[in-house]
Amino acid sequence: MSELMLKLSGVNARYGAIQVLRDVNLEVNKGEVVVVLGANGAGKTTTLRAICSMVTTTGSIQIAGTEVVGKDTADIVRMQVAHVPQGRGTFPELSVIDNLMVGAYTRKDKEVQADIDRWMDAFPRLRERRTQAAGSLSGGEQQMLAVARAMMCRPQLLLLDEPSLGLAPLIIEDLFRRFGEINRETGTTMLVVEQNANLALEIANRGYVLEAGEIVLQGSADDLRTNEAVREAYLGA
Amino acid sequence: MTAVTTKSRGSFLTWLKTGSGILTAMMAVIVIALIPAIIQGGLKLFLQRVFDSLNNGAVYAVTAIALVIIFKATTLINFAGANIAMFGAYVCWWLNTSYGFPIWIAVFVAMGTMAVLGSLIERTLIRPFDVNDHLPVVLITFGIAAILEAFAGGFWGLEFHKFPSPFPSDPKDRFTIAGAFLRYETIGTLFVMGLMIFGIYLLLNKTKVGLAFRAVSSNVESARLVGVRTGRTLQFGWALASALGVLGACLVAKQTNLEPAFMAKLVIFAFAAATLGGLDSIGGSVIGAFIVAVVQSMLTGYGQEIPGLGWLKSNFALVLAFVLILVVLLFKPAGLYGTRRIERV
Repeated sequence: MSELMLKLSGVNARYGAIQVLRDVNLEVNKGEVVVVLGANGAGKTTTLRAICSMVTTTGSIQIAGTEVVGKDTADIVRMQVAHVPQGRGTFPELSVIDNLMVGAYTRKDKEVQADIDRWMDAFPRLRERRTQAAGSLSGGEQQMLAVARAMMCRPQLLLLDEPSLGLAPLIIEDLFRRFGEINRETGTTMLVVEQNANLALEIANRGYVLEAGEIVLQGSADDLRTNEAVREAYLGA
Repeated sequence: MTAVTTKSRGSFLTWLKTGSGILTAMMAVIVIALIPAIIQGGLKLFLQRVFDSLNNGAVYAVTAIALVIIFKATTLINFAGANIAMFGAYVCWWLNTSYGFPIWIAVFVAMGTMAVLGSLIERTLIRPFDVNDHLPVVLITFGIAAILEAFAGGFWGLEFHKFPSPFPSDPKDRFTIAGAFLRYETIGTLFVMGLMIFGIYLLLNKTKVGLAFRAVSSNVESARLVGVRTGRTLQFGWALASALGVLGACLVAKQTNLEPAFMAKLVIFAFAAATLGGLDSIGGSVIGAFIVAVVQSMLTGYGQEIPGLGWLKSNFALVLAFVLILVVLLFKPAGLYGTRRIERV
């Protein structure tokens, strides 16, 4: 039996009067890549924000067995949860190096510099631009920076919110290949929210489909790829 | 290719219409208007006015940096800053004259006291409000300013008090350069300002709390997502800005004397300096501070000789400060060195 990294049971979330998630149940095993598919406004981003306590949430969310609903975002991050928000969420005025440094904000060990070197080896463009302000990087470079920054906290759980948004197809392919590599090499568990279902299902073990705030379908990546409804709605087949 | 050459031909006029062009033109008009009076007054007088402005420049710079720190973190103008600084100067004076604290010890204790008060204000009166909704918070800073002014008047009276000088201030403590006097006090004030800027640079760029502060200033949401406790970081900003404000007030109080409104009168120049330099740029606001101080000194000294404007008398500088703020906000809202967000979409 594999261990659970993340377990959402009966999760409701709301922005003021508007309820965005209804009774969401979702599980991610340790080491898995799980994708959440859904149209705009289905509640994909809110699911990730609920996990990080960035939105008013009821129900139960457990990370590695610990209940986190009601906890402070800063404390959830200290459980080695990294979140790459939609639109990358880099610090535009800070240099590339400082962005990576701030990614390691919660760490107290002495290997931060070694990790910076490691991720600049993985993304050589970041080394080339290490003293430049993050805001001056191209969209693809910023997404690399956002991922490298998230990895700087040595996450056990990595949340990725529409990493393909606004990027060219070739760059998206490279990015997803990297996610697959990172998952295999570091064993980092990933929960990926995507509209680009083709690529996401290629690296994912399992997936969920979210519609109007509710989970309407779940299954292995292969099952979802061949599912008639998914093919029509998200695979453009 | 041809389009580029055509463009560069008309470039001076194009530049003149930009924010920088308008600001430069405005400065040029002031300088040209003053030239006859400066020539008539002679080099010695001119040099004296430059030296006189340095002290103010340093004080405006320190006060402007305190404004910039709060603005960077919250994009908010802290109208309580001046009176937090004023109150700190009273604490310093009180410790020195009533309890015999040596002046610099009194300055540091006052800075510490107001840093604690600043962080308490952030925790109790600012944090409960949504940072993106500016109006309530701005009104609260106005309220704090009024309360502090009333308290200072109540505790220590509305009359002027002489403030002890933190530097050698005997009339003979000065250098003479080309006949003009450069006072030790001025050099001391500049030295303390330089030390303080260096300290802030180290704090913001070489420490973890500095990194967190810059992260919060740049992107609050992402700062939370990397585990920065944003509330505490803003509290640190308030403490730092309050302590700096007190330092600025203690450096200038010898010249202005202590009274409950003494910093409120001065902060408008610091605000002009920060607006000119860029409200989110520490370096820019220092440069802005010296530009404002030099222009102020020249206008106060020579302004009455500009035909048609003599009736403004010593209020000339105050009017100019407001005009400067208006012109910058209208034509170059980011200021000279402010970063309009450097983002490629």
